[in-house]
Amino acid sequence: MQVLLQVKDLNVSYRGAASSQRRAVENVSFEIAEGEVLGLMGESGCGKTSVALALLGLLSKDLAHVSGSIQFRGKELLSTDQRSLRAIRGAGISLVFQEPELALSPVMKIRDQVAEVIHAHNDWNWQRCRTEAELALARVGLANSPRIFSAYPHQLSGGQRQRVVLAQALACNPALLIADEPAASLDARSQSELLALLRVLQRELHISILLISHAPEVQASLADRLMVMANGRIVEQGPFEQLYRNPSHVCTRAMLRTAAAAGVPENLDLEMVTSMLIAPRRKNDKGRE
Amino acid sequence: MKPETLQSNSNRFEPLLRVSGLCKQYVQRRPFSRQKIVVNAFQDVSLKLFPGTTLALVGESGAGKSSLARCIALLERPSAGKIELAGENLLALDREQLFPLRREVQMIFQDPSSALNPRLTACEIIAEPLLIQREGTNPQRRARALQLMEQVGLDPAWERKAPLEFSGGQRQRLAIARALALGPRLLILDEALSNLDAANQSLILKLLADLQAARSLSFLHISHDLRLVSEFADDVAVMYQGRIVEAKSTRKLFASPEHSYTKELLASVRSVESILLERSA
Repeated sequence: MQVLLQVKDLNVSYRGAASSQRRAVENVSFEIAEGEVLGLMGESGCGKTSVALALLGLLSKDLAHVSGSIQFRGKELLSTDQRSLRAIRGAGISLVFQEPELALSPVMKIRDQVAEVIHAHNDWNWQRCRTEAELALARVGLANSPRIFSAYPHQLSGGQRQRVVLAQALACNPALLIADEPAASLDARSQSELLALLRVLQRELHISILLISHAPEVQASLADRLMVMANGRIVEQGPFEQLYRNPSHVCTRAMLRTAAAAGVPENLDLEMVTSMLIAPRRKNDKGRE
Repeated sequence: MKPETLQSNSNRFEPLLRVSGLCKQYVQRRPFSRQKIVVNAFQDVSLKLFPGTTLALVGESGAGKSSLARCIALLERPSAGKIELAGENLLALDREQLFPLRREVQMIFQDPSSALNPRLTACEIIAEPLLIQREGTNPQRRARALQLMEQVGLDPAWERKAPLEFSGGQRQRLAIARALALGPRLLILDEALSNLDAANQSLILKLLADLQAARSLSFLHISHDLRLVSEFADDVAVMYQGRIVEAKSTRKLFASPEHSYTKELLASVRSVESILLERSA
């Protein structure tokens, strides 16, 4: 399989964050092959979303310092100017966020919102973009009906809205989709529907996916390989099933809840996880009580 | 099991919260017209919650769970019905009479980053309910806030940090500390765990269980994650299209679901094992 995206020694640090000398992302390296789904797990605040934003060049230079190397189809993205990046975003790499409510304009009909994405990347007239938008919406399973096409986002359910965002993301046939908690805001039923849809589309279109999610069930249903992050670093990566059966790092065990049955894993030292996930307590608590 | 140390005025066999025949309608007006649309968020809801126990409320989004929770917390006024807290009918009281009772019921929301004021420090956030209820002096409130931070597993040295400087699990701890500040008897958790990863879910659940044991707290816990519900709830009420269709003890519900919707809900719970099996097939 050919390597689609290669990330080497990626570092992200935010400017002006009073507390931290620490970097949000530290020496992160990974590869995604064509047609592969790479899962990314980790506590909130461990740097997952920073990785996603860095890949798309969405971290502004005033706010963040990004170093390392990100090669997409052999092209170095970190040294690419914003104008050329704009051509890659949406068409080469696209992004699906957790909250479809925030990603969609509330005052635009959904067909036009999808058409806008197509219009931005193609030299077609508006009429053709709208027709293509209808095809894109049909592809994600939104019924081929004028009622849906000319609906505003608030007239759709959460699951339908997330499909619209997915249609936008896939409209220009990207090679890589970054899905940041795509199913987290949905209830159990819409969640499993969306995951099944993603799986079918991923196979049909042969796209690669960087799947960011903290739910083991979500990762299990899509990810080929898994990468676990803690405190800005990758602590373990490998084939999903291997990590699930034989996790070597304590964070992986905690994240995957490997004591499958239920509850706090019996064989896991909770104190140890706590000390890894939560910064250590101060040693002496003088003069408090 | 649950401790016997209870406040003298509460009997463990008397429900702390008794909701009967509760309804909520939202009336919307179409823009530029007089036509009104009535939406029934939930109808004829009755439930009981005993001291020191956890009642889980499950159902798909749009079933009316959050509206019900907001009504019980009196963030919204229900359209009809009765809410009794330790025998007192809350809906018969006016704003001023309710004010001191609000400390008894506290709420924890799904997304702590939007529930916490980004411009206050951790200490100010926890002390704010005390300030609103005019309790203690400034140093006393601060001391209490630091003590609460300690209790929920946050380092008191972080008192000056803003909520955005905390991780997701820590923010939810902050929200719990704030909810505990006034010594409530009932905590309403609206999907309080669903934004967290598995490790933090376990840790927060353990924290909640410890708090429940120590303070004989009652929890009304809204969740769509049935696997989690089976871990923490004593009883479960299933909500479907604005009504409670089934309510019984957790063990009974998982062993013998009766309503067709409950069965469907239970069938949708899938383990990693079963997903992997399906994929390899």
